[in-house]
Amino acid sequence: MTSSVRRIVRVLVWTAVATAGALAVATIALHRGESINAMWLVLAALCTYALGYRFYSKFVAAKVLALDSRRATPAERLDNGRDFVPTNKWVVFGHHFAAIAGPGPLVGPVLAAQFGYLPGTIWILAGAVLGGCVQDFVVLLFSVRRDGKSLTEMAREEVGKLGGLVAYIAVISIIVILLGVASLIVVNALKGSPWGTFTIAMTMPIAVLMGLYLRRLRPGKVLETSILGFVLVMAAVWGGGWVATSRLGGWFTLTATTLAVLIIIYGFLASALPVWLLLAPRDYLSTFVKLGTIAVLAVGIVATRPVLHMPALTRFIDGSGPVFAGSIFPFAFITIACGAVSGFHSLISSGTTPKLIRRESETRMVGYGAMACESLVAILAMIAACVVTPGTYFAINSPAGVVGQAPADAAATISAWGFPITAAEMSGLAKSVGETSLYNRTGGAPAFAVGMAHIFSRSLGGDAVMALWYHFAIMFEALFILTVLDAGTRVGRFMLQDALGHVWKPLGRTSWYPSILATSALIVGAWGYFLWQGVKDPLGGINSLWPLFGIANQLLAAVALCVATTIVIKSLRARYAWVTLLPLAWLVLVTFTASWQKMFSPNPRIGFLAHANLLAAEAPSTAARAHEVARLIFNDRLDAAATGVLLALVALIVLESGLEWVRVLSGRKAAAIKEAAFVPTRFLPEEAG
Amino acid sequence: MKRFFHLLRAALREIFDEAAYERFLAREGAAASRASYADFLREQEVRKARRPRCC
Repeated sequence: MTSSVRRIVRVLVWTAVATAGALAVATIALHRGESINAMWLVLAALCTYALGYRFYSKFVAAKVLALDSRRATPAERLDNGRDFVPTNKWVVFGHHFAAIAGPGPLVGPVLAAQFGYLPGTIWILAGAVLGGCVQDFVVLLFSVRRDGKSLTEMAREEVGKLGGLVAYIAVISIIVILLGVASLIVVNALKGSPWGTFTIAMTMPIAVLMGLYLRRLRPGKVLETSILGFVLVMAAVWGGGWVATSRLGGWFTLTATTLAVLIIIYGFLASALPVWLLLAPRDYLSTFVKLGTIAVLAVGIVATRPVLHMPALTRFIDGSGPVFAGSIFPFAFITIACGAVSGFHSLISSGTTPKLIRRESETRMVGYGAMACESLVAILAMIAACVVTPGTYFAINSPAGVVGQAPADAAATISAWGFPITAAEMSGLAKSVGETSLYNRTGGAPAFAVGMAHIFSRSLGGDAVMALWYHFAIMFEALFILTVLDAGTRVGRFMLQDALGHVWKPLGRTSWYPSILATSALIVGAWGYFLWQGVKDPLGGINSLWPLFGIANQLLAAVALCVATTIVIKSLRARYAWVTLLPLAWLVLVTFTASWQKMFSPNPRIGFLAHANLLAAEAPSTAARAHEVARLIFNDRLDAAATGVLLALVALIVLESGLEWVRVLSGRKAAAIKEAAFVPTRFLPEEAG
Repeated sequence: MKRFFHLLRAALREIFDEAAYERFLAREGAAASRASYADFLREQEVRKARRPRCC
């Protein structure tokens, strides 16, 4: 085939992809009144990512970053076979994807589905292609050019000392808030569920067994051990059904507060015990289940091509939604962070991954490509949430404080919103998934599990195994989240020890047990407080905590994009700075508006302070109620203060970055960047893979 | 297809630290054993504990 024919074929193929994508987006955007097939969302997503990767990321690679495959990466220059290892790009891609894909892209879209499938889907696609993928890509490349430095180090060197401090505080804050809200999701999924609680409880001894097996019997055989662990976990999922109906069921039927205490104790132990005994095997097991389940979910959706029962837009776009209060702008954009733009990814992109990259050109596939894949996971989650009827969705996700405690009241309230559901239907659904009730299970995980069970049972096993699939999905999510809890608590503990080491040296020693115990207690206490607050919140906790997490995560993305924009401007490529400035401006607009509303909105369902004022005006009838009101008021003010601190810190880094840009662009400061010196690569072009 | 499975296996071995253990053995000139795996885990301890998992 001659080059001109190849060119024509390429043009035709990409024209077809663009046409199919436009048709799919138009269908999901304009279709009203009737249900649409989930495949339209999948098609729109695949075409959008393909076009974004082929054209936009190529433009960013060539014009903004000027990727240079002749330049040796730190993996090559500093190769020590330990931290720095030149690795095949597909292997790094898998490694990076496994690290960035967590529970966020599964939970956020499920919660945002209260607006209908359209707002979340459009944000996931546009946010990822123009924001999230770009952020992950540029931060990865900039870290590669700085010997794999972390985001906080780059912020300190390129923006200023304040930038470094803000990045540090933002990272610690997001970890604490994330762990608080993530553990709340697990609590809400497991409360009153002996089957789910038994399964998750079993993953802990299974992880310890895996750790011992790996260390004593088959050293280094991690894949084999993970497969064995998976078989045991599946046995626990199956056995959970038997336990739930046996006399043992009572032991595993726990209240939200008991579960919260147990998770706090678990978090402390996971932080203080040796890594090989609990954290590492759980991480392996979670990764194994995660990669497998995502693949199976994708295959299940394509195989069954389910219909979306949720409308494109619901009446709750006005901000009166029961899942969380607030209108589409700004709340849809902070509810879905992972899957569109996630600041947390910048920590991974400036962590292990840059130390494995063999060629600069490979940062495009790893940074941009892996994020596009995570975005696809978010689309799958949106589909899982929307395949159940809207009545079912709202019955599961609405807190008792909004729809009422009694099943008949909840069903009547939800039906009155225009989403018909009966108490008998909900009872039948709960029975089919092996639960006594599915009402008020806020947090997104149970709704996702019901959707996933619905899809899986249609492709494998039928309704007879619906309960098994539901509990498999709950196990999968809880395992995911508890792994994030283990790793996050440890990372937070290390960061705290690093900082406290500057105050008193022994506190910085990561092997000194008094320091380990004290810093573990501080980190666990911090996220444990948010968890406790959520468990005790009459509105279910998600209404206040998930937006706080979204704000923290997106503010971290703003920090990452500030650093990236500064580097782009200092690299004398200011005319292309809009590539990072546009998502930065959007995130600043969204997060600042959301933060302001969460603090000062006069609507008590949105504004923390308005809610505190409403409670303060109440005349408590009993001493117990007075105590509860005082606690709720304190929590509201604490949440408002946390939001205000995050907002002020990010305003500072945006200001400091802006001043740096003005100084460089006006010529008052030399455009000097702190990159590692150019060293030519030893790899031959064909080794680029 | 063969290349695909080869890459998939390599990616899984990297994700599950089997490749890192192999590199450790090569670097230290040691054979696979309980003792060498314990040494590898000790070396990995801090590195692994500092590795964040995304939300």
